[in-house]
Amino acid sequence: MKNNFSVKKGILIRDEEETDPRYGKRPEERSVEELLDFGVVNLDKPVGPSSHEVVAWIRRILGIEKVAHAGTLDSQAGRGKP
Amino acid sequence: MRLHGDIPREKLLSILKEFEGPIYQRPPLRSAVKRAIRIRRIYKLDVLEINGRNVLMRVWCEAGTYMRKLCHDVGEILGVGAHMQELRRIRSGSLSENKNSATLHDLVDAYFIWKEHGIEKFIRKVVLPGEYAVQHLPKVVIRDSAVDAIAHGASLAVPGILRVETPIKRGDWVAIFTQKGELVAIGKALMRDEKMIVSSKGLAIKTRFVVMKPGIYPPMWKK
Repeated sequence: MKNNFSVKKGILIRDEEETDPRYGKRPEERSVEELLDFGVVNLDKPVGPSSHEVVAWIRRILGIEKVAHAGTLDSQAGRGKP
Repeated sequence: MRLHGDIPREKLLSILKEFEGPIYQRPPLRSAVKRAIRIRRIYKLDVLEINGRNVLMRVWCEAGTYMRKLCHDVGEILGVGAHMQELRRIRSGSLSENKNSATLHDLVDAYFIWKEHGIEKFIRKVVLPGEYAVQHLPKVVIRDSAVDAIAHGASLAVPGILRVETPIKRGDWVAIFTQKGELVAIGKALMRDEKMIVSSKGLAIKTRFVVMKPGIYPPMWKK
């Protein structure tokens, strides 16, 4: 967060280039597997269990190894990662 | 916050206004961090409702600011004492309540609908591209030729930069992106935005967390 709430964002351009279509892929074009490999879930967490428990459940149910949580709001914030 | 005595509304509001800006805090006995006095910023403090001795406030603050201590200190300044009655965190970085949130049920259902039936639309609503988590950070877009070096942990040199978002000052956390919008790494700015544009050489960003796997873009070590 910045101190003044409406930070005026701008863009400075140093140079222009065309990206090579042979490498990489736009996030919107990712397959579901790729999404699960590097993705974020804004999780509305139930009140009782701890974030750690929820992460353990997700690991077990989805069978994904690398799951982390990035802080808890009083709902929220989980993350699935590669 | 619950006050331990009655305070006139104007006095309360004016004291609370004083807390906007940098404040001193020492972490409480029960804390994970070293108990040294440190400075944290209160970016904004809004009083939403006052009901007798109960005060509902919304506080925008730096990570690691203790709300419990804030309430205690407000009470000290007012002279009557106060404590934190209830806390609800509503936002952290780019993630806030009600925005694209999903329950565990949603996640698990969406996952199995995809796994068993190949239907993608639900899982795609719940699991967002990882880039979503850094949308609050200023972006620097780099050339294809610079990507693999950064994916190996190299710092970003100025010639690899195409565009930068402003404002960026030295020490800011920055997200490094490809032209296709893929997050490569997160790092700390070594120079400010204008310097990144006008300089012809030098290191612009110290890479701290690599996200992209190396090998997706071809290695071209001349940055």
